[in-house]
Amino acid sequence: MDILIIGLLLGGTYALMAMGLQLQYGVARIMNLANGEVLIAGAFGAFWFYAGTQTSPLLSLLFVVPLAFALNWAIYRVLILPLVRRAKSQGKLEVDSILATFGLSFIFIGLMVAVFGAQYTDYAYLSEPVFIFGERYGLNRVVSFGASVLLCIGLYVWLHKTRAGLALRAISVNPSAAGLVSINVARASAFAFALGGAVTAAGGVLLSMYLTFDASYGVVFTLKALIIVILGGVGDIRGTILAAFILGLAETAVATLIDPGLTLAAAYVLFMIVLLVRPEGLFGRRTA
Amino acid sequence: MPDAQANEALSAAAVSKRFGGLVAVDNMSFSLVEKEVLGLIGPNGSGKTTMMNLISGAFKPTSGQIKLYGASIAGIGASKVATKGVARTFQLVRMLPAMTVLENVSAGGVFGHARRWGKELDEYAHALLRRVGLPNAGNAPVSTLTYIDQKRVELARALASDPKVLLLDEWLAGLNPTELKIGIALIEQLRAEGCTIIIVEHVMHAIRSLCDRCIVMNSGAKIAEGTPAEVLADHGVIRAYLGDENA
Amino acid sequence: MSNLADTRQAVHPGAGLSGGELRKLLICIVLFALAALVPFVFGGYPLQIAISIAMYTALATSWLLFSGPTNYIALSTAAFFGIGMYTAAGGIELLPYPVLVLLAGAIGAALAAVVGLATLRVSGVYFVIFSLGLAELVRQVMTWLQHVLGTMSGIYVTIERSEQEYYWQLLLLAAVVYLVGWWIGRSRLGFALRIIGNDEVVAVHCGINTALAKVVLFIISSAFASIGGALVAPRWGYVEPVVAFNPFVSFQVVIMALLGGTHRLWGPVLGVIPFVVMWELISIEFPNQTTLLLGVCFLLIVYVIPNGVTGLIEDAWHRRDGSAKGPLQRAFAPLKNLLQRKSDHA
Repeated sequence: MDILIIGLLLGGTYALMAMGLQLQYGVARIMNLANGEVLIAGAFGAFWFYAGTQTSPLLSLLFVVPLAFALNWAIYRVLILPLVRRAKSQGKLEVDSILATFGLSFIFIGLMVAVFGAQYTDYAYLSEPVFIFGERYGLNRVVSFGASVLLCIGLYVWLHKTRAGLALRAISVNPSAAGLVSINVARASAFAFALGGAVTAAGGVLLSMYLTFDASYGVVFTLKALIIVILGGVGDIRGTILAAFILGLAETAVATLIDPGLTLAAAYVLFMIVLLVRPEGLFGRRTA
Repeated sequence: MPDAQANEALSAAAVSKRFGGLVAVDNMSFSLVEKEVLGLIGPNGSGKTTMMNLISGAFKPTSGQIKLYGASIAGIGASKVATKGVARTFQLVRMLPAMTVLENVSAGGVFGHARRWGKELDEYAHALLRRVGLPNAGNAPVSTLTYIDQKRVELARALASDPKVLLLDEWLAGLNPTELKIGIALIEQLRAEGCTIIIVEHVMHAIRSLCDRCIVMNSGAKIAEGTPAEVLADHGVIRAYLGDENA
Repeated sequence: MSNLADTRQAVHPGAGLSGGELRKLLICIVLFALAALVPFVFGGYPLQIAISIAMYTALATSWLLFSGPTNYIALSTAAFFGIGMYTAAGGIELLPYPVLVLLAGAIGAALAAVVGLATLRVSGVYFVIFSLGLAELVRQVMTWLQHVLGTMSGIYVTIERSEQEYYWQLLLLAAVVYLVGWWIGRSRLGFALRIIGNDEVVAVHCGINTALAKVVLFIISSAFASIGGALVAPRWGYVEPVVAFNPFVSFQVVIMALLGGTHRLWGPVLGVIPFVVMWELISIEFPNQTTLLLGVCFLLIVYVIPNGVTGLIEDAWHRRDGSAKGPLQRAFAPLKNLLQRKSDHA
């Protein structure tokens, strides 16, 4: 039973991190391999804030989110756009953006190591237990989950009820058709990319509340976010949320029942299953 | 021309293809006899190319059966269908841009239904180039060819696999009157050699002169079948192409 | 990135060796023979650099065997390299060494088959992602297995071998990789790959099983990486998961191949040599910034020299007559435009 609860709590925070990548890959169509590093940067931001001010790391969202937005916007304009312009095909763009963001991830890691050091980092905030169904869980996990759920709902509502959100959803379905109905695809893609980065950094803040991390841990999160997006279906938010919970549950089950060092293996098994059984994901669209 | 007691080369039984809510091919059934030239005609959007894609294996039918000489080929994938002996040309010519004419033609004869290599492949490819009227073009890069010549190369590539059934998808499209005469003569030559062909075309005089039989599609369904003369005089067909006033 | 065969020669597929090809083969043989003489001239530190160069040439060229024709960036070299190391280390008491090396190749091939069949029928991006975490995944599984089996995580490999022997073994591996790459280029598989690279739809309709072709290439490429790991295992002395499955091996191999150029079989070696030398210098001068500099290298290659050193050489060759813009000018043109537009609006 506690596997279920912990799995769901974990899944909730994973959902936010995966939403960020969904916006970058599903809408802006950029496979951002530096995604995990943005998450870790958010985590470090929260840590630094908490260590400095001793107030709730949730408040660090106030500066982490806008900073991440600005940073990712800059990344898109300076690094990604030249690749979009010079790419002769979507395939070539994917290769180039993978390599460029890959290189970027190393730069981020290097910078974070220089600023924060290479050691494992965590902090104790709200680590008192709370009781659910008679079992004890860290309050930090519950609060993190709650905040994540709120942010996810907010994002979902924004995407489905506002014009800007509609534009992003249109682009994720068909960029050229979206352009034909006078959506400024280039600007919306930049916005989606920046928003994705901001959402991911927010996820990092929330995850930092109960996970131990270090500067080079980002790649694992990139992989998990990608697996979640693929499992849920590229371009569909509902899929991402559901897949995040599935991964959270699977990971927790494996960690508890088999070995805590096999969490990535659990994610990969899910990945394999998706690729073999239903490559378009749970909510994805199958091409003819 | 088909022999009196010829085999059934290709058969489609109740084939349908849906793309989401759109029914592109609706309950199509027909039979193609060995050495026959079958015309598949109909207004734009009637599902002709989709039908060709279903036969060549590019798409999987939503329902129905397609058989090549009695063996099912529905849904097995295009490379397997090609290996079983179905070759095609494309509506918009697809050349292999960074390769020579000879390599383009050879490509069809190495992996699928016919597997040749080395000297044997070279001789066969040259023979095919002569057959389609490009005897000396072997070493030319395809980017230097005219449109009709590219179509000839594509035809040679399809023939390189010794196909049991040849699919020509609007192969005569985009040709000027002189090229059209050459193109029709080429297909007539293939017909005389006994090839089994399905032609999708809009050029009606080509249909009249080349096809033994014709099937007319409209909105995915078959609306007429018979000789070209019968079919082109059918009221339903005229209505489909030209609207009610002219029927 | 595409074909391994030289399309400028309009030779029919399956032809015998032409004069030009024979000449190239002879040049290669001569170069390898010269390279084999290196240990007689150099010793000590330069020889160690030479060993690195030989190893990375084998790894980067075998990487190109797959990633060149398919355009899929394989980030999995470290996974197979590590498997090779572990095969050699684990079996050192049980089997003769040459058998271990071949066994390493076989195990690597088996894993590559599983990974390839699962991922290569779907889009290339999924393959890249899968390969990214593969080394980490194998490391986790190995660590867990050893935990379960109760063995220590590290294995001592004590074999006495001279530095010269390592060099010659790795040079031989590189030569075999080249030979296989050259042979593939002239074979039916190579022809199929060129067709796939030109137009995958046509390839499929010519009866080519495109997924299988890619899987076969991946198997060959990964098996070589495993063999490389097996050859190098005794040199490390002590093999443990963190060292054997170091993802940096994957990343450096990719950079070197890209730096050298991925359009020609002899491209990667032109990237390996300068990179290995430069990396030695960096590791000495800036040992704490290696990650950062690795990232900078990636970006430089993507933005400034996307076609690698071979691209630069061939561009310069063509520019002898024309006045085409050089790669630096082309790379910085967009930045220049951006700045000009900004100053226009200022």
